[in-house]
Amino acid sequence: MPARIRPLSPHLGIYRWQIGNSLSILHRLTGIALAFGLLALSYWLISLAGGEQSYAAAARAFASPVGVLALVGWTFAFLYHLLNGVRHLCWDVGLGFERRERHATGWLAVLGALALTACIWVLLWHLGRV
Amino acid sequence: MSLRSPLGRVLGMGSARDGTGHWLAQRLSAVALIPLTLWFFFSLLGLPALDYAAVRAWLALPFNGFLALLLVAALAYHSYLGTAVVIEDYVHGNGMKLFLSLLLRFVYVLCGGAGLFAILRVAFGS
Repeated sequence: MPARIRPLSPHLGIYRWQIGNSLSILHRLTGIALAFGLLALSYWLISLAGGEQSYAAAARAFASPVGVLALVGWTFAFLYHLLNGVRHLCWDVGLGFERRERHATGWLAVLGALALTACIWVLLWHLGRV
Repeated sequence: MSLRSPLGRVLGMGSARDGTGHWLAQRLSAVALIPLTLWFFFSLLGLPALDYAAVRAWLALPFNGFLALLLVAALAYHSYLGTAVVIEDYVHGNGMKLFLSLLLRFVYVLCGGAGLFAILRVAFGS
């Protein structure tokens, strides 16, 4: 009998898009983005240990348009991953499984992360730090 | 009736021979990262400016250097645990999966190690 090709889990193609799986996928995507953020953090620390010139070069890179865009993206990725991560930790101890709670905390995580990202960068811009 | 052997039940490792180790490590590192990351951002935001002298003096303080070491170590560990599962889930084909899994380990040890070494250089002033 020939082997049949069966879908493997996790099989993204068959899910109807809704808040639950969208936020789960966003959690992974922000985690992957933050992995690249770790590379940037290491680069920043290495440049700091390397002396004034290498630090200035890193600071220029982070202050460039692409650098600022990446930092804003990492801010959102971090805040969302943090808020949704706390949501996951609550589930791990058995809290917040009801449908209404799941949806409310999900929206709180994604909208809260967006709002906090906006607040932080408006504040930084206002203080002249960007 | 359980089909598991008494030894298998005692070891509690399941069919993957890994038990709950990965799951637990991911959660514990996540819990550790909540205060560490918040300390990092608020501490840096508290500096008057992020210029070389200010940041270097900040990281040279023993308290900050120690927490920064813990932060980079926990970040690298947590990030490795997460991205390793992404590769296990979405990269099909055993050769490619093995190659990327090993590459990932090398990248994390290299990147995390370089970050830790940089903190130590600032802390010990070389």
